[in-house]
This record gives sequence, structure tokens and C-alpha cells, in this order.
Amino acid sequence: MKAKPRNLALAALVAALALVGSSIALAGAQASKTIVFGTDAEAALLDPALVSDGPSLRATDQIFNSLVGFRPGSTKLLPELALSWKPSKNALSWTFKLRRGVKFSDGTAFNAAAVCTNFNRWYTFPGPLQSPALSYYWNTVFGGFAKPAAGNPGPDKSLYKGCKARGKYTVSLLLNRRSTSFIGALALPNFGIASPAALKKYQADAGTVDANGVFHPTGTFATQNPVGTGPYKLKSWDVNTKLELEPNNRYWGKKAKLTRVIFRPVGDTAARLQALQSGELQGLDGLDPADVGTVQRNSKLKVLRRPTFSVGYLGINQSKPPFDKLNVRKALAYGVDRKAIASFYGGVGQVANQFLPPALFGHAKKGVPDYSYNPTKAKQLLQQAGLTLPVKVEFAYPTNVSRPYMPDPKRNAEAIAASLEKSGFSVSFTSAPWRPTYRATLQAGNYQLFLFGWIADFPDPANFLNVHFGAFSPQFGFRNNALFNELTAADSEPNLAKRSLRYQKASVDVMKYVPVVPYVWAGSAIALDKDVAGYVPGPIGPVNEPFSLVQVGS
Amino acid sequence: MLRFVVRRLLLLVPILLGVSLLVFIWIRALPGTPAQSLLGERATPQLVKQVNHQYGLDRPIYEQYWKYVNQTAHFKLGTSISTSRTVGFEIRNRFPATVELAVAAMLFAVVIGIPLGFMAAKRYGTWFDHASLVTSLIGISIPIFFLGLILKYVFSVRLGWLPSIGREDVLADNEHPTNFYILDAIIERDPEALWDAIRHLILPAVALGSIPLAIVTRITRASVLDVQNEDYVRTARAKGLSPMIVDRRHVLRNALLPISTIIGLQTGLLLSGAVLTETIFAWPGVGSWLAEAIFNRDYPVLQGGILFLALVFVLVNLVVDISYAIINPRIRLS
Repeated sequence: MKAKPRNLALAALVAALALVGSSIALAGAQASKTIVFGTDAEAALLDPALVSDGPSLRATDQIFNSLVGFRPGSTKLLPELALSWKPSKNALSWTFKLRRGVKFSDGTAFNAAAVCTNFNRWYTFPGPLQSPALSYYWNTVFGGFAKPAAGNPGPDKSLYKGCKARGKYTVSLLLNRRSTSFIGALALPNFGIASPAALKKYQADAGTVDANGVFHPTGTFATQNPVGTGPYKLKSWDVNTKLELEPNNRYWGKKAKLTRVIFRPVGDTAARLQALQSGELQGLDGLDPADVGTVQRNSKLKVLRRPTFSVGYLGINQSKPPFDKLNVRKALAYGVDRKAIASFYGGVGQVANQFLPPALFGHAKKGVPDYSYNPTKAKQLLQQAGLTLPVKVEFAYPTNVSRPYMPDPKRNAEAIAASLEKSGFSVSFTSAPWRPTYRATLQAGNYQLFLFGWIADFPDPANFLNVHFGAFSPQFGFRNNALFNELTAADSEPNLAKRSLRYQKASVDVMKYVPVVPYVWAGSAIALDKDVAGYVPGPIGPVNEPFSLVQVGS
Repeated sequence: MLRFVVRRLLLLVPILLGVSLLVFIWIRALPGTPAQSLLGERATPQLVKQVNHQYGLDRPIYEQYWKYVNQTAHFKLGTSISTSRTVGFEIRNRFPATVELAVAAMLFAVVIGIPLGFMAAKRYGTWFDHASLVTSLIGISIPIFFLGLILKYVFSVRLGWLPSIGREDVLADNEHPTNFYILDAIIERDPEALWDAIRHLILPAVALGSIPLAIVTRITRASVLDVQNEDYVRTARAKGLSPMIVDRRHVLRNALLPISTIIGLQTGLLLSGAVLTETIFAWPGVGSWLAEAIFNRDYPVLQGGILFLALVFVLVNLVVDISYAIINPRIRLS
């Protein structure tokens, strides 16, 4: 009997489905030596001095080493390319004893001259590379260039004065003023030491500037040949598809376990999670707090939480009465129900009792004023300040934004307002789009109370406290010379142990003065395949999360 | 025909000038600047001022527009502020991905939609006709991102049959001389790479093709219903021609005219970049790139990228008009 066309079509369809189903080639095929890790965006460049985005920093952190490093999972400084460092008596020069026998992945020897080549390169960046859009970290930490382009800071503003090689394995960094905070910043991949030979051969600074002033590198250092001393080197980069690293056989430290580390950009959060669930990824960053439960319920996956390192706070503008009165600010502190708000963060939020998060040295473990939620106490303080209840306040929050310290700003604002209303305040809201209006208005000092936060640039208390409370700023509207001087002195203390003590005291003093009400320390979470071991999430992730420690499967 | 083509090509100049001006004004009307996007919380007024100065954003608007037009006239589309990659590089890298996806989606829509619409017309008023109507409505109504997520959940996460993201297995080290992965696999004579590329195309093409499928089905049905009642079709039947020949030579051929127009327009739209599909399937095409650029206020990418897509859209429409003339001799002769 002749087969009907309909039956033939059905048979063909079943055969096709069987073929599709039988040829699954999921990314975890070579599980023991390979990891495919999903990132939220493509890396921009692989020259760490010219980037500040997470994906670029993650990749370059595997390729380059800096003079100092962090212990994985913490902000504790450890020797890396430098074995020890100490300041001169006047603390205007820091001398580093370098590790011997280290080679870059191209075979060039690492030494003091290589360190100076790198530092001087950054200090003498040509005009287009001086933009904070590119060399943000040099601008932030050292703040000046040898030959500044118009509008950029020059040698007079620069912390960096020069670099001196004292023999092959000793180098001194010379400063224009006392500072210790830059040491913590040196551990960032942005100050990773590159091979001088590679910088020259692959023309690291060469590029064109288009009519808009945007720099495009024409050399291949930042795109194909980033050469460092780290455990990995670049194997290939298929832009918008994958960035693959392979072990650096010349690495001076413990050899990496994985032979293929692949970073795959998947911008959409839901798509990234589904790719992890289907096995196409073995790990991902940027897990949405709302998805933490989904991952935890999956027996093949696990969640790792980073130590909290950003702070969410209620900002106070003391130039707008009645917030010039300390008792009123204290009333605000007692009037915020921090526990209720921390519960919004999917397990990555922690109630904050001070501005510095626990993972950072300088965080005070004792002596911090206790502002636990107490509406009665808040009302008493307002009355002691001579105010009639309820005290009317205007509370600003941003729209069109989600940040780690405020995933849902409106929700945070409403929760804070609800607790303040019970504490003797009457709250009216104002809101503005995050870009550009909210930040510009806030920084101009036009808000009375505002929702904001901070994610540190580098793990040093100065990057939290001095940035916010080290000098007058319109957004906080106060002049407290005692506090300003205390923070300046703490920043320039060269002895690390003494510095930590100074900052612990300063952290307590900030909370006694209450220029802001910190309410949450927030971190973020990573999701991994259950077979992935050795991944140590750090507070400043994606930096300092070495893939050389990771293995997949047994 | 040649005069027609030349005239349409000359019209490109005022069209592209108009588009460039509109885009230039529109993106600057958006709140926020590239500086604020790049710097995030660190966007102090001083840093924003420095970056704006660097990129000439503090210059008068006419001066900025003149620089942009001058640069574009020299076939330079600029450099991305976010990535430092040239707009030209990104287009070369991403456009083939968009073309591949668009062609696959339209192929899906046409290969299924035309027969489906034709059969619905031939079985007018039956359950098949009603079922095709309901299916078309569902296809038009379901949001693409929702359909895509469902397809991925079923076929990737639960069944593990198909990949959920990307254009190929990330562990493969295939060569891509043209960046059209299917074509590259054929050139390299690599059946594994070919099958891998096809597997990765299936889900996004089905998701993206769902709306064109619904449209093509309905238009085909309507067009066939219209044509099969024409006098020349009745005459052909009366002459004793077999139903298959009548359908193929007279009904379908004439019904194709409006369908080809729709196919051309839909393809042009798809080539502009299917933002949602590309985003949820991590398909590295033009749509997701431009969507990111809006978020980042990446002016050079938006200006250069949208201008390029406008050019593509105009050219695709020109091809559609030419094909219309080829299919319909009356139009060609007129």
C-alpha cells in the first residue's frame, strides 16, 4: 500500500526531532577543564589602565598582576609582584621590594624598570587617554598627568610625582603629598603591570581620535595582545561571542587548574539564568535578587554571596533646616526601620550600623552608636530640638534605575517613609530620573532628604569616608572641620595598623555626627553549577575572584 | 527599469540627510549624556564636565552636527564611547548575525505560512480554516519575548534539545570568514559546524518569525480567496486543466503579488534588528547593540547605526519594488 503523503510528513517530523534531540552539545561537555562563565556585557578593552567596566576588569584580573594583591574573598592586602613595601620617613615615597624570577607571558623579565615603565606610561598618557571615561582609576587615585590636555588635571594636582628603579628588584614611587589610600587601589587590575616589550611592540597608546573626540586603539595591545604576569593569557577574543583565556605557562605562582576559561556575554538577566539552567553556562554574575530562590531550589545549581561592599543610605542636607540640628538627624536615624528594608534584598542585604561595610578595614566593631529602630525615642529627640510634630520633610528618590544598594528605589523610599511617619515625621516625596536629573540635583544640594548609595572604587576606607565626608559638598551641606581634619589625618597615616584604628574611630565619629543614615550594606550574588569548586566570591567582585583556583567536577 | 532604479538611489541622499538630522536631534533630546552613563555614581560635576569637553558635547549644537555630517560624508561612522570599537567594526561584526536571523525567520514564515494560508483558503469555512485563523491571532498577539522565554524553557531547560543562547557552541573553534555562520560552515565544508549553526537558529527564528508567519498566512489566504474567484481562473478550470495546474499557474502566481510585498516589508523590518529576540537569545545582532547604545547614550553608535539601518531599509524596499515589477509584467511594462 502506498504511504500517504501525510504519514510520510509525520514520519519525517519525528525523525527530525529525534535528530535534534540526540545531538545536544551543551557547553559543559568537557566539564573538568573548562568553564563557561556568563557576564552581563562584553568586555570593552583588555588594557586594564583604560577600563572600568566589570567584564573588562574580570578578564584583565586573570591576565595581569599588580604590585599588591588581595587575599581571595577579602580586602586584606597581600604581596603580589611586590613582596614588601614601606614608606619613607616623610611618607612622600613608598619603596617596594619586588618578587624575583618573574617573567611576563611573552618571556620578558619583570623588574623595577618594568614597574616604572608602566607608572610613567599612565602619568604621561596622551590627551585622549586622559579622559576619565578611559583612565578613570588613574584620574581618581593619582589625579593628574604630566602633560594635561585642556580641562584635565596637571602635575600640580597629581599625587604621583615619579618612579625610581633602585637596582633590579627595588622600586620607589614618589608622591607629591602624603597618602596611604593609594596602596589599596594598587591592588586593582587597573594598575596591573604590563610587559614593556608588549606595550611597545603592540603599540598600546596608538590610536585615532574621531570627530567626536572618541579614542579608538589602533595598536593590538588592548584587543589581541595584553601581556601580563598573571595565571592566564588571552587565547582568543571573538567580540560579542566569547573571550577565551588559556593558562600562562610562565606564571610564577600556583598553576591554574582550568585549561579553558571562557567569558560569554549574555546581557539579559533571564537569558543568562536560563543558559545556566540548560548547562550552556557553568556560572554567571549579576544574579537578580529575585532569582536567588529559583537557583537555590535547583539541585544542580548553587548561589554564592559576595561579602557586602556597597552602602545604601538616607542622605541629609544640613543646609536645609531643621537638619542642621544634631537631635533631628539622630531622630531620623532612630526613625528608619532598617531590618524591614534589608529584607527586600534577596539575602544579599545586611542591616548597616555605619558607613563602612564589615569587609573593609576601618570598620568599627565596637563603640558605634546604636540607632535601632525606636519611634518613641525619635519623637522625643524631635521635641527636645524644639520642633512641633509631625515635622514636615521632603524625601527625594530616583526613578528608572536599579543599583545593588537600592534594587527598587521607590520601594525603599516608601518603606523608609512609612517608618519615619511613625517616628514623628510627615513625609512628602519628590522623584526624578536617575539620569541626568536626580544626581545633578542632588549634587547641587537641592534635596533635603535623598536616597543614595555608594559602591567603592577601591577597597580603602578613604574611598568611602573621605570621598563623602572629607570636605564640604553641597549635597550634605555641612562644614565640620574637626571631621575633615580627622579624615585627612587618617588618610595620610602610613602605618596600616594605626590607619585602621584611625578609621575605626572616624567611622564611629561619623555615626555620632550623623551626616547620613546608612541603612543597608548590599552585596551581589553569583550562581554556579554545583560541580564548580574553588570559586571565592570577593567583596569587590568581579575583581579578585581568581579563576586559577577554580575547578569543575572532580 | 534602469531609470527607476537610478531615481530611487538618488533619493537616498535626501532621505539619509533627513534621517541623520532626526536621529541627531532625538538622541540629544534624551535625558542624560554619555558621561553620566559611563561614570555612574562617580559622575561628579567636575568629571562630567571633563568628559563632555573631551567628546565635544559642550560645543554648540550646529558645530556638533556639522562634525557628524562631515565625518559621515567621508564614510566614517565614528567610534563607540562605551567600547572604543568603531561603529563600522560593530556593523561588520553584527549585521551578518541579524541578516542570518532575519532570513531564517522569514524562511520559517514563508515556508509554513504560504502553504498554510493556501490550504486555509482552499478549505474555506472548515475547521482547518478556523484553526489557521486562531493560530494567526495567537501568533500576532503573543509578545515575542514571552514566546521566546517559553520556547527556551521547554526546548532548552526542560528537554535539553536546543541551545538557548548564541550562534554556535562556544567550545567550538570554527572559522568565520564571512561571519554568516551557515555560509561559513558550507565554505569550510564542516557539517558539524553547519548543524550547530542551524540548531542555534531554530528557536530565535521561530520566535522572531511568529508574527510574520501570522501575517503571511492571513495575506495568502485572503489573496488566494480573491484570485480563485477571478474570471481567468474559472476559464482555466472550464478548459479542463487539472486543479493542480490551475492552482500553481494561475491562482498561486497571481496571489503572490501582495504576499511578496509583505515579505519584502517584513524582511526590511527584521533587518532593522529584532531587539527583543536578540536580547533574550543573546544573539549578537544590530538590534540588541542599538538598544544597549540607547541605554548608554552612546551617540556615535546611535547616529551611525541608525543611519546604516535606514540605508538598509531603503535598499530592501527598492529590491521589493523591483521584484514586484519582475513578478507582475503589467507593472514592468507600465
